[in-house]
Amino acid sequence: MAQAARKRAGRAGGLLVLVPYAWLVLFFLVPFLIVLKISLSASAIAQPPYTPVFDPAGGLAGLKDFLGALSPDNYADLVTDRLYVASYLRSLAIAALSTLMLLLLAYPVAYGMARAPRRWQGLLLVVVILPFWTSFLIRVYAWVNILQHDGLLNQVLLALRIVDAPVTWLATDTAIYIGIVYSYFPFMVLPLYAALEKMDESLLEAAADLGCPRWRTFWLITLPLSRPGIVAGVLLCFIPIVGEFVVPDLLGGSSTQMIGQTLWTQFFANRDWPAASSVAVVLLVLLVVPIVIYQHRQARELEVSR
Amino acid sequence: MKRGASWFNVAAVALGLAFLYLPIAILVIYSFNASRLVTVWGGWSMRWYAELLSDGAILEAAGVTLRVAALSASAATVLGTLAAIALTRAGRFRGRTLFTGMVYAPLVMPEVITGLSLLLLFVAINLDRGFWTVTIAHTTLTMCFVAVVVQSRLLTFDCSLEEAAMDLGCPPGRTFLAVTLPLIWPAVAAGWMLAFTLSLDDLVVASFTTGPGATTLPMRIYSQVRLGVKPEINAVCTIMIATVAVALVIFSLLSKSSRRVG
Repeated sequence: MAQAARKRAGRAGGLLVLVPYAWLVLFFLVPFLIVLKISLSASAIAQPPYTPVFDPAGGLAGLKDFLGALSPDNYADLVTDRLYVASYLRSLAIAALSTLMLLLLAYPVAYGMARAPRRWQGLLLVVVILPFWTSFLIRVYAWVNILQHDGLLNQVLLALRIVDAPVTWLATDTAIYIGIVYSYFPFMVLPLYAALEKMDESLLEAAADLGCPRWRTFWLITLPLSRPGIVAGVLLCFIPIVGEFVVPDLLGGSSTQMIGQTLWTQFFANRDWPAASSVAVVLLVLLVVPIVIYQHRQARELEVSR
Repeated sequence: MKRGASWFNVAAVALGLAFLYLPIAILVIYSFNASRLVTVWGGWSMRWYAELLSDGAILEAAGVTLRVAALSASAATVLGTLAAIALTRAGRFRGRTLFTGMVYAPLVMPEVITGLSLLLLFVAINLDRGFWTVTIAHTTLTMCFVAVVVQSRLLTFDCSLEEAAMDLGCPPGRTFLAVTLPLIWPAVAAGWMLAFTLSLDDLVVASFTTGPGATTLPMRIYSQVRLGVKPEINAVCTIMIATVAVALVIFSLLSKSSRRVG
């Protein structure tokens, strides 16, 4: 009887899977296929603003015409237009540098948290996560307050006589880096802390007993053991930063755009949906390797903890 | 690891926290500034909060945002919990790899891509854009976060409790309601909260998928912020921060009391 019940549970489980499965296929997978299709279309002044539009009433001949009208012109534009190439390179460069900065800044904090007395760690964890719950937009906007021309940062610098005249912070790359590091800080601290907190302290004691200097202990033991945390943190930050829109739009200058902004402009200002779609497809192709590594790690973690 | 925190460790944590909290604190303090010039301190005042109450556009946007967040968080909680159960309990099934991929990918996917692709879907199936399309988009985005939160809880608890119930002839549906759900509910509630705040917060996906008459609060804030810093916006942001803070306190009290009972 128990077996029958479990079998029934298995069947019920199958049905359970079906609901979220169907939802994700319909609202996550299918939309990507549509993006791919529209990226091969041409822009048009119509509703919807692209051609060809597939009409199922046309039958097989209609389908043939439709497929014949698709072309990779948008992709040719992406490669030949310097603006696009510059935009992609800039996004990758900013994401790489800010991820490195995040790693260097978040590591000491995560390390300090992991070394704190046990009874403090829970509280510290909550305190680090808390800003994550307040709006991303608000956190970026908070920096506009501080970095603007007559903002708090310049007031403090002038009062301390560090500078003689107000410094331009807003609309510079410095502002973009500050904004990104600030917004993604918890995403880097948490995986690092999770890895460091699990570390066996007796290893450090053993190294110290054997006369290993502290920096070498760190280099030989702590750093390699925290590698899973480093990889997770880097992926968790790098991938979304490449497509970041809000931070460069509010804090950065208007001369060069990150690719998220380019996509946004193509879509909202120029109403060129096919161009925006091809930008998205190429962005996804650039990110597909890190995304697959990330998924693979998540899935493996699940297998290990089972 | 424990003990032996050096001055360096303490300083690193203290500086890290100051970095995280100072900008928010400054924003909150300046929302009470009486001066219209955001950079000049003119004494404490509630004037910007009073002005908000007469700003119809902001109030309407806040209403839309709260309704979208409540609806999408609830739908995302149901779907995300089902997905988490499927990932942890259903074993191997057809297309599991694809399913796992679809659950994890949205967590890191750049928002511009998610927003654009959903919008193109809505256009392709000729769905009028507005309140419901934003709700569907947010449900899709946030259900994956719920799935991860609930899944981590499902992994840590003892499967033998469920097995015992089923061995005693309890049907799977009832086993879920009587055994599993009471054990995982703090995670389900946390998932709902997370989905709710993510939806409140979202600018990019909402901008793509919305239509006339469904402007959300972040969209309204964004269009104001682009024109420069305004004290009213500081006030709106402070209210949003306070709302989330209160919700978090209530939630932590609830989960504490449930642990005491359980």
